[in-house]
Amino acid sequence: MPEIFSEGFFPKINLQEGTNWATDFVRDVIIPRLPEAVAGHFPMELGTVLVMLAFAGIFVAVVPLLPLVLVLAERKVAARFQNRTGPMRVGPWGTLQTLADGIKLIFKEDYIPPQGDKLLFLLAPYIIFACSFAVFAAIPFGDGIPIPSDFNIGIFYIMAISSVIVMGVIMAGWSSNSKWSLLGSLRSAAQIVSYEIPLGLSILTVVMLVESLGMRDIVNSQSGGIFTWLIFRTPFTFIAFFIFFISSIAEVNRTPFDLPEAESEIVAGFHTEYSGMRFALFFIAEYANMFAVSAIGVTLFLGGWQGVLPGYDFLGGFPGFVIKTLGLVFMMMWLRWTLPRLRVDQLMNLCWKYFIPISFFNILGTGIWGLIFEKDDVWSIGISCAIIYVGLIGAYTVAGRNLVRKPEPQPS
Amino acid sequence: MEFTLKTFIFYGFALITIASALAVVTVRNIVHAAFALMVTLFGVAGLYVFLQADFLAATQVIVYVGGILVLILFGVMMTSGRLEMRIHIERGQLLLGGGISLALLMLLLTVIANTPRWENLTDDGTPLEPTTKQIGELILNEKFLLPFEVASVLLLVALIGAALISRKEVRD
Repeated sequence: MPEIFSEGFFPKINLQEGTNWATDFVRDVIIPRLPEAVAGHFPMELGTVLVMLAFAGIFVAVVPLLPLVLVLAERKVAARFQNRTGPMRVGPWGTLQTLADGIKLIFKEDYIPPQGDKLLFLLAPYIIFACSFAVFAAIPFGDGIPIPSDFNIGIFYIMAISSVIVMGVIMAGWSSNSKWSLLGSLRSAAQIVSYEIPLGLSILTVVMLVESLGMRDIVNSQSGGIFTWLIFRTPFTFIAFFIFFISSIAEVNRTPFDLPEAESEIVAGFHTEYSGMRFALFFIAEYANMFAVSAIGVTLFLGGWQGVLPGYDFLGGFPGFVIKTLGLVFMMMWLRWTLPRLRVDQLMNLCWKYFIPISFFNILGTGIWGLIFEKDDVWSIGISCAIIYVGLIGAYTVAGRNLVRKPEPQPS
Repeated sequence: MEFTLKTFIFYGFALITIASALAVVTVRNIVHAAFALMVTLFGVAGLYVFLQADFLAATQVIVYVGGILVLILFGVMMTSGRLEMRIHIERGQLLLGGGISLALLMLLLTVIANTPRWENLTDDGTPLEPTTKQIGELILNEKFLLPFEVASVLLLVALIGAALISRKEVRD
């Protein structure tokens, strides 16, 4: 393990005690390493801000590399699903394909529709880009790695910031002065606003169990191996995880919920009129969002950086966190290349008639569960796993008997 | 007055809030006004953070920007075509509106004048306490339980009303 992940390299981060990690970083790491003549006069406040900016800079530099990998992964996965090879020409096995595409996009003309609203058209990509990056600020990647903003309302902050993305989508759609863009952004806004409700409600079940909104607290409460991960803690969080996952696919506008970008109906939705680097910003933001919602799902339900076995590092730490997150990202790709697109009425029915009532039932159930069992009760976890097991078997049998119809015999 | 980095950031937020609020009421284009309102709400959220009210700040963004502003924009875009709207104002409305605004302004100015040290609560060295616990206890205690319940019933009424209006009349 490189030194940066080891314990003690970074000072302990603790906002609850009234200190700021960036101030700590300046005091404990930077000042002792300065020559003595300078150390006494080091401006703490300015240093704190500079440290914060530096960490923000790391994210701004590293996060765009994610789409570079994910776009290639998506194309390779799609190719595999369709029995093709995918991009093979640029670099070994086509690994440099996205880089080539990125360079192509940089050199394209930055076209601004003359009939549109120029100011808002230029502003919209930045809002979406900035918001999807601001989400990364509160994601806990590992035990020794500081979160740039580890405040006690972590998950609530993430929800607030990601709810602003829809403003950027509306801005892009309206300012393009194009029917496709406007329709796409209206669809997108309706979809995101609707699916935020089951998303928030399923996050609430986790918050009820952990009794904290802080991301670090949520991860620390899942430290006892795979069965203390919040997904297995109660049967209700097990359901909540799937609602969360499906709703977050809808939030990031991916198939089967990609009505805002439905190619066969409205060209490319809200970013139809964008070209060149501005289009690339939307693209990067989409893949960064995909990674972010998967990382949030891992943090909330799948133990974050905590390993499978208590005390062992298997699937734990920073590498484990990334592996779990990429697993969820792969699930999203899998769904995208398997399922057809939903209709608008199906989309809204799924959200308002199924997910929201089930989420309310989950919250009620989690509350009752919390009243019956003590916190971290071994019995509660055992009973919960038993209920999940029985429920899964039951659902499989019922679904097998009723939903999956045998193909009718064809007349020969 | 001591000029530190915090006061600098505070006045930055204050400037953003006031400038964008001015834009909201002076800009002709309704969509521009709505997006300026977004900046105002963000500025206010920043000021809330300065007052150690982090939960309130996030709630502000999630409710007003993510909810209400989106609905406003929805309404505006659905009825677009008359964006550069010249609003005709009657003299009676002008007097009434001006009077109410003046009264509100006086009220706000008195509150501002009577609040000591409202710009920099984070400066006095007291630890930053999580406000979520306090808010939760206050809302679910006797102190604010009734207003909270009344507000939730009001929202439920609004929800049912909206569902009733938007629902298709089925006659057989």
